[in-house]
Parts: sequence; structure tokens; C-alpha cells
Amino acid sequence: MSEAVSPPLLRVEGLETYFPIRSGPLRRITGWVRAADGVDLAVPAGKTLALVGESGCGKSTVGRSILRLEQPRAGRIWFDGVDLATLAGRALHPYRRRIQMILQDPAAALDPRMRLRDAIAEGMQAFGIGANEAERTERVAELLRQVRLDPGQMGRYPHELSGGQRQRVCIARALAVDPELIVCDEAVSALDVSIQAQILNLLADLQQERELAYLFITHDLAVVRHIADRVAVMYLGQIVEEGPVERVFALPAHPYTRGLLAAAPSLDAGARGRPAPVRGDPPSPANPPAGCRFHTRCPDVFDRCPRESPPSYAVGDGTSRCFLCDPEGPSR
Amino acid sequence: MEPHVLSNLITAALAILLAAALLRARRDPLWRGAGRELARRRPIAVSVVALYVLIAGLDSIAWVDGHAPGAKAESGTLQGQARSVIDRLFPADFQERSYSAPLATHELYGEEPLLHPGKHLLGTNMIGQDVLHLTLKGARVALVIGGLTSAIVIPLALLVGVSAGWVGGRLDDAVFFVMSTLASMPTLLLLIALIMALGTGTTQVCLALGITGWVGLARLVRAETFKIRELDYVQAARVLGTSELRIVWRHVVPNLMHLVLITFALLFSGLVLSEVMLSWLGIGIDGSWGRMIDQARSELSREPVIWWNLLASSTALFILILAVNQVADAVRDVLDPRTALEAL
Repeated sequence: MSEAVSPPLLRVEGLETYFPIRSGPLRRITGWVRAADGVDLAVPAGKTLALVGESGCGKSTVGRSILRLEQPRAGRIWFDGVDLATLAGRALHPYRRRIQMILQDPAAALDPRMRLRDAIAEGMQAFGIGANEAERTERVAELLRQVRLDPGQMGRYPHELSGGQRQRVCIARALAVDPELIVCDEAVSALDVSIQAQILNLLADLQQERELAYLFITHDLAVVRHIADRVAVMYLGQIVEEGPVERVFALPAHPYTRGLLAAAPSLDAGARGRPAPVRGDPPSPANPPAGCRFHTRCPDVFDRCPRESPPSYAVGDGTSRCFLCDPEGPSR
Repeated sequence: MEPHVLSNLITAALAILLAAALLRARRDPLWRGAGRELARRRPIAVSVVALYVLIAGLDSIAWVDGHAPGAKAESGTLQGQARSVIDRLFPADFQERSYSAPLATHELYGEEPLLHPGKHLLGTNMIGQDVLHLTLKGARVALVIGGLTSAIVIPLALLVGVSAGWVGGRLDDAVFFVMSTLASMPTLLLLIALIMALGTGTTQVCLALGITGWVGLARLVRAETFKIRELDYVQAARVLGTSELRIVWRHVVPNLMHLVLITFALLFSGLVLSEVMLSWLGIGIDGSWGRMIDQARSELSREPVIWWNLLASSTALFILILAVNQVADAVRDVLDPRTALEAL
């Protein structure tokens, strides 16, 4: 199966976002946590790219860097032909409208002292959408209907709602500024499974209606299969495998992806011939292993792995950072 | 402008502000719930505080009788002097020449008959003023001390604390240094020095109390701002294109208000008590209970002992402080997020 080739809405190239480690009485920088260390990914318009990985692998940092909540130290964030990584302040402002986010904990993402109406209208106000308050209120009602909430609830406060309802409000708030891309950072992970499905279906419907693109950051592979078109697997600040969801799930090219898939709880228990889940804990992103970052935990490790860092090899219409995928043969 | 006209205007403005704040709070279910909970937990303390506020308010509304506006009043005479509602509860010439015991018919020394025998419920003081009248008037002074100082402390602490917590970096370091320096000086010494420099008088004393009193709240506000700055809803606001200043105003400050109210309630009684201490050192405010207590000090050693002055002022003070502290504790219980969650 192949997808129509069109220039992606968002293309991230070589993104590096490091966090300083300060210690000592002078709070001098003694090291760097390499949360994102050369990340490449692309989100096509109107499609969903899932970014998966263990906690701490830097997937949220990638999302936050794209939203420019973190300042990347290197790399490019091409959005609709403009490099967002170089913009700041006033120049960045118009792009804020086009990229929105939905976070994991909807209770924390809503100001407890703000009514739903004001929360949803906040972005409209910042971008001058709607001529006056009455018009904005009208739009808020429309948005609430779109996320399947009763517009009569717009005078309520977040604590009066359930978790699923709050996440719908967060979605309405993001939609209020008509974005083209939404970064969903573990957007359903904190919700009950039944609510998860509702929210995922809502997101899928909205994608259809509005031609939205999603960067869907999650650790939940079931969610990936449900919503994503393509998937990027992240390990220790790097994308180790990328490709269409069907191919990656059926024929994972990277040993880490195989391990992740094996670790996911599955209903068809007793499935034989599955590879062993990844063992141990990931190394510290402040001090990643030399060579292939995964070699300390890889079941297929061989002599080349600790010596060289594998580049991204093409696998189908995706990529894999593993010497096993080297077209010139694994050992050289 | 004549002082009593200014006082009337300020009182009216404060009354309108209070009414507006209460109306606004009634519309917000979080505040409404907190108010209801407060009244349920401490009905007596809340009523007592309200009574003091009422007395102080009535004492702040004054006007001149039968006196053309603009005409100069002869100083020292009662004629032409503005009298407040509280003053008007007593006869205009309700004064004796010297001490008299409660409900006495004759002066304490000299046995001269009083001008108003048996009328002074709490006796009179050295220059024959009615002690009950003075005690009631002290409520206004006490509330002015607490209120005016808080009006200095709260905006100052908010400004300093929020900007330090929000901006961080060098500004935060500088603010932190100033706060630590202020906090490490003995408060009393600093107060005396400030009053020496600023001079005595209500405004000056309140200013001095304010300068020594803002650090605690500013610290709290700074720490809380640090916390709020990293919260998801602030990040969301940023992604939604809201400007930094607007984020501070719409998200940070409203989420600090419970902290401000709790601190205000706890601060208030401390400030009133500080003034008593300052009065004892001779740098207090005229007409305060602190002054009355200070004067009564020497009277306790007289024979026969003059106790009514001390009893009236310290009881009035004690009841106010007790009630305010009770309300303050209840306010904290109701508004502190850790305990408030159960109440909502």
C-alpha cells in the first residue's frame, strides 16, 4: 500500500533539544540531558503520525519543541515552508494559531478559576477571532457541539466536569483557533478505556471534518493502531524506526520496535514465536551509549553496534536505524 | 479638603468596593462555596468581625451640624467640628474634668459632682473623656492600621513575588537577596528606625509596618508563581497565543488570590498587635487601643486603682484579635487547596 506523495505539513530535521544539568554551588552546567538528539520526522497534512517510545525517551520534548515551549539548540522545524525553530515573539505568533496541543491531564490543562466559555474563547481573543464577545460565545457553543458537549455547560467550571468531558473541552479550546496540526501528548492515556475510545473516535471524526493533522505522542500501541497512519518509534532521543502503521506492526524492522510490540499486552495470549520484550531499563539520556544507542539492550547485538552509530536506512517507504537493515549487509 | 470629607469619600469608596467584591464573589461558585462554608464554620467570629467593621464604618462617616460649608470653625470648640455617627450616640458635651469610675456620680479625686452623673458606662479617663466612646472609636483606628497596611503589603508583595517568580533569573536573585536581607533584620529595630525616619502618624506607621511586613507574602507568592508557571494550563495559554502579561493577569493572579486572602486574614491581627507594641514604645497612633493601654499602665499603680481604661481597651482588642484569628484559620481551611478540595 502506498500513500499519495505530497509535501508534509510539518517536517522536523535533526532536532536537538538538550536540558542542562546544573550542579555545584555555582549551578554550573555539568552536563546535558539529550532529550531530543537528532530527530527527523514528517507529518503529512490531514494525516496522523504517532510518536511512540518508553517514558523518558524524549517524545514529549519533541512535541514541546515543535510547539516552541522548549527552545531547540539545533535542527529545523519546517511548517508550511517556514522554519519555526528560528522564529520568536511576534514572528512566531501567527504560527501558534496553526499548531495547537492537547495534553495528557485535562484537569491540569484547564485553569480551575476559568469558566469553560472563557477557557475556550482564550485563543480566539488572542488571535482576534470573532468580532465581539457575543460572536465568540456563539462560536464557543458551536465548538462545544462539535466535541459532543452541551453548549449549556459553558458557564461551568472544570471541576464540575468528568475527565472525559474536560478532555473534550481541551479539544474544543484547541479547535477554537482553527489549527492545521494538533500535537496530542498522551491525550488519552489518563482516561478510562471506554472514554479513551470515545475521545479517539472524536479525534478521528474531527480529522475527517477539518483535514487536521495529528502528531500523536503516546506509549500505548493499541492507540497507535487505532488512530495513526504512520508511526515513528523513538528511543533515547532518536527516531529508530518510521513507517506506515500496518508495515511497522506486521514487519517491524528494528529490534527495539519488535521488543516494544512484544511487550504490549495482547488478548491473543499464548501467541508463539513472538520475540522477547525489551529487557532492562533504558540508559540515561545524559550519557547515551556509544555506537547504536540500543546496543546495550538489543537481543541481536553484534560487533559493529557498539562501534558505529547506525544512520537511517530506508525500509519500504519508511526508515530504520539498525545495521540489520543496511542494504550493503549488516557486517562490514 | 477637610479631613472628615475625605474620610467620608474613602469610606463610601471602600463600601462600594466591598459590595462589588462580594457581588463578584457570589457569581463565582468557588468563592461562593468558600463564603458559605466560612459562615457555617465560624458564625460568631464572622459576626463579631462584621460588627467591628460596622462600628469602624459608622465612625468614619462624619458631618458638621448647623454649619455653612466652607466657613472656618473655631479650633478647640465642639461647635463646627465634624462628628461621626458613633460620636452622635453620645451627647455633644459628654466630658468631665477628670477620672470617674464607671457609672459614678462624682469624680474619683476631689469628689466634685459630675456633669453627667451615672451616664459614663465605662467611666472617664484622665481628662474626663468617656472611655466607652474612646473604645468604640478605637475600632476604626485598629481597622485602619490593619487595612491600610494590608493595602500597602498586598500589592507590593504581589508585584514583587509574581515578577520574581515569573521572570526568574537575575531579577529573582535580586528580589531574593532583598527579601533575605529584610527578613534577617530584627523587625522591631527596623520598625523603630523607619518610624524615626518617616515620622509618627497613621500613614507613616502603616507604611513602616508595611515595609517590614511584605516579605512573608512575597515569598509565598514567588514560590506559588514558580509552581503555576510550569502548570499545563499556563503552557496551553502560551500555545493559544496569549501574551505573557495577559497570562499573568488571567491565570497566575487569580490562582494566587486564595493565598492573598489567607495571608491577609492572618496578617491583620498581627498588625493590630504590632501597633500596641509600638504604642508601648511611644510611637503608636493617636486614639488607638494601644495608646489607651499604654496610658492605663501607670494608672494601675494609682490608689484607688483605675482599671476601666485598661479593661475596656484590652477587651475590645482581645475580642477583635480572637475573632479575626478564628476567621483567618477558617479562611485557610476553606481556601487552602489541600483542605478546600473536600469542601467543594
